Amino acid sequence: MADFFRKLFGGKEPPPELPRIPDNATTAPLTDQQISSIIASQTPKYEMKQLIASVGQSVGKQREHNEDSVMTLTSTIAGSADNIPFGLYIVADGMGGHQFGEVASNAAVRIVGGTVLKKFHSFLYNIPTMSLQESLQEVMESAIMEAHQYIQREAPGSGTTVTAALVLGQQVTIGHVGDSRAYATYPDGRIEALTRDHSLVKRLEELGHLSKDEAETFPHRNVLIRALGQGESLEADIFTIPFPQPGYLMICSDGLWGVVNEKDIVRLVNDAPTLHRACQSLVEAANSAGGPDNITVVLAQLVG
Amino acid sequence: METRNITSPIGGFGEQKPRQQLQAGVTLVNRYNIQDVIGVGGMGSVYRARDMHFPNVVKLVAVKEMINMAPDPLVRQTIVQNFEREANLLATLNHPSIPRIYDYFSHDDRSYLVLEFVHGKDLESVITDASGFLPEDQVISWAIQLCDVLEYLHAHKPDPIVFRDMKPSNVMINHNGDVILVDFGIAKTFQVGQKGTMIGTEGYSPPEQYRGEASHLADVYSLGATLHHAITRRDPRLEPPFSFSERQIRRINTNVSPEFEAVVVTALQYNPSERFPNATAMKEALMNVARKTGTLAKITSALPVSSGGVKPLWTFKCEDEIRGTPVLSQGNLYIGCYDNNLYSVNAADGQFIWKYPSDGGIVSKPVVFDNNVFFCSEDQRLHVVNSRTGKVVWTYYTDGKIYSSPRIADGHVFFGSADHDLHAVNVNSGRAVWKFSTDGPVHSTPLVANEMVYFGTESGSFYALDFRGTLKWRFQAKRGITSSPVMKGQAIYAASLDGTLYALDAKSGWAIWKFRLGKGTVSSPIIADDFIFIGAADGFIYCVDIRTAKEVWRFKTENQVSSSPAIYKDSIYCGSVDGSMYCLEYRTGRLRWKFESKGPITGSPIVFDDIVYFGSTDHHIYALFA
Repeated sequence: MADFFRKLFGGKEPPPELPRIPDNATTAPLTDQQISSIIASQTPKYEMKQLIASVGQSVGKQREHNEDSVMTLTSTIAGSADNIPFGLYIVADGMGGHQFGEVASNAAVRIVGGTVLKKFHSFLYNIPTMSLQESLQEVMESAIMEAHQYIQREAPGSGTTVTAALVLGQQVTIGHVGDSRAYATYPDGRIEALTRDHSLVKRLEELGHLSKDEAETFPHRNVLIRALGQGESLEADIFTIPFPQPGYLMICSDGLWGVVNEKDIVRLVNDAPTLHRACQSLVEAANSAGGPDNITVVLAQLVG
Repeated sequence: METRNITSPIGGFGEQKPRQQLQAGVTLVNRYNIQDVIGVGGMGSVYRARDMHFPNVVKLVAVKEMINMAPDPLVRQTIVQNFEREANLLATLNHPSIPRIYDYFSHDDRSYLVLEFVHGKDLESVITDASGFLPEDQVISWAIQLCDVLEYLHAHKPDPIVFRDMKPSNVMINHNGDVILVDFGIAKTFQVGQKGTMIGTEGYSPPEQYRGEASHLADVYSLGATLHHAITRRDPRLEPPFSFSERQIRRINTNVSPEFEAVVVTALQYNPSERFPNATAMKEALMNVARKTGTLAKITSALPVSSGGVKPLWTFKCEDEIRGTPVLSQGNLYIGCYDNNLYSVNAADGQFIWKYPSDGGIVSKPVVFDNNVFFCSEDQRLHVVNSRTGKVVWTYYTDGKIYSSPRIADGHVFFGSADHDLHAVNVNSGRAVWKFSTDGPVHSTPLVANEMVYFGTESGSFYALDFRGTLKWRFQAKRGITSSPVMKGQAIYAASLDGTLYALDAKSGWAIWKFRLGKGTVSSPIIADDFIFIGAADGFIYCVDIRTAKEVWRFKTENQVSSSPAIYKDSIYCGSVDGSMYCLEYRTGRLRWKFESKGPITGSPIVFDDIVYFGSTDHHIYALFA
């Protein structure tokens, strides 16, 4: 920093020294090891932060209907003004039997997604850009309430989970109801659940009425205590954290996290050459473990 | 009457039609003239109507409507079945706390139930509208009546009736102050294996109800939950399920007798076999409480701590008010005063070392750097004096009074002035490097981090500059920002006189969340763990979760809080205009001690080696054991 000020406010830089080449220098081809280390050191470095994402989904091996819904949107605006990565990733897992689960989860991703986008549209995709009066958390909350009311009105009796991640700059704001999950995974093999399930089994576990082993075999693992479309008052968990860097943001339904253990999840993500392949191998892993439920996974990464 | 199916495409948000309600004046089946909507439920509205079969008298009835909007025929059928079940069930009942049923009929996609109209208000509104806690004897008398009606339902032949949805909004208090149980319709049935189909109302339902077991003991639990809500005013729907034991009644409402608390706790036992065996037993227990506390001897709460217990380690008297904050360096305390002097005193015993006169009051917090003390004064200058001798090294003039405190980073001093500028001055030469002109006086102390300078102005702008003094972004609050920002991770936190604590993205200035304080504030926040602490003019010290923007606790002082809190170990220290310095446990907001000075405390404390140092407008500097 002192250098920076020196440069800025005057002060002389020493003249650069020219490298001296010894007269008797010889050249030799590089070894494979040297070449690979050079290649490794040249993994692309982006000047701007760039958001990338991919999705995987499968109906699974045992269900006829897909009651999971997913929505992703990744947008980059970069130029003379500041670069603003913007992303919206939503997973919803519907319930309630018949076609109602699909209706509820579909409504959740579209209405949450649409409401958020509508509010950001004039800020992101307009000149002059208009700033938004609401905070990120207020936008997320009102979008979830909008979807909650819609489902109560149009698909009574049904419900859905929803886990939505709004990425703006380097912050991620998460809105969450139910037992789909958001995770942060890291290249060193760590995996951290960012959300807390709103399920009966989790609640009983937190209260100490079930041990971890009992929880694994609890017969009502799928009973939720909070869901979009259910109950008069709904309180979504809403929070903002820095985007995991280096690492990945993952959102998935219980068709993945309930079937493939966390260690395997993080290994599959880290071993895959691309995000797209990572999503594929996660879905494959859930299916080869029996695929008892619909599977949805979204992976997002901030590079640069 | 014409009804329409409401069909709108999914995602067609925007102008959504409200669910069609009957208009006043509509007459149903040539008999019930709709007057008003008195409630909105999950399946339709409840109306007040006049029964026109009695043209000479005004006979009012309640008309409960269920709109069948389900597109799925099976669901439609279930809804109609539930409706008819409720009607037939009600028709067989006869108890003063159960409304009488007069009629039922269906019309297109709507079904109607005509009931006795109850003049009154539901218990939920009674709780919400009350200005304080409801009196215990009142709640006990309702509880006894509710036990009585549950006793009646549970003894119903041939099959006992489990109400399954006991909650304040289903309990009406009529004009005589008696309870009426309403809403026998539970449209949702529990089927094991179907995900998430919930019965009852979250917060009031017992754990076993989620497993599909709803016995009469479930009603005992829900009644316990309803009483807990009524006596504590804490809505269980806003709390984690089955967490009543975490909200001990007498901690929240100290006027409740231990006996009544014990009854509610027994009803709320997690394990059904540990509750009262039936509503009759619970009624007995309540009657005993009523007898015992017949006079309801009020238990007054003892003061948590005495304020006389804290003795200062030392005090030091200046010539005028102290409104600023001290700094401690190498055993010496430096603090500015409204007698225009900067004082240096020995931190161990409060002995005077030197004073340096400026030409104006000093509110800014000094900073010590390289054996020099930097501080700003209302005389429009930044002063730099030798920390050992108190002799001036250099001064720097601005064109306005200075209330902002200097911040030093990378060889430069940054501070704001009433001349609307933010100044960057070379720390050695005292020469200006740049000035940045803003839209108002700058009293906020800049935050310097990651080669950026963040600060607010009295016009409500919040600026982020880079080290060249170039604007990176700007955020607008509704009123001035005097408070100084803090940073954690990639977020900046600043509070405004508009009564909002803002979390802003450090890179873009985007608002991540806003937290409403009771009033505006000039106090600067501080962060520990995942909590942010701040005082406000409403007299509260707040603790807010920085991830969720949810209040963790608040503590009330007797006057506004302009002081900025300090954290030391697991305590938070903060002064108030009520004259006291408060020490609270920072995770819970529990008062540890308070110390009364003889004037408002507007400056902020610092804590070092288990000693708290602060100044008061009573002209004194205090040193207390933390």
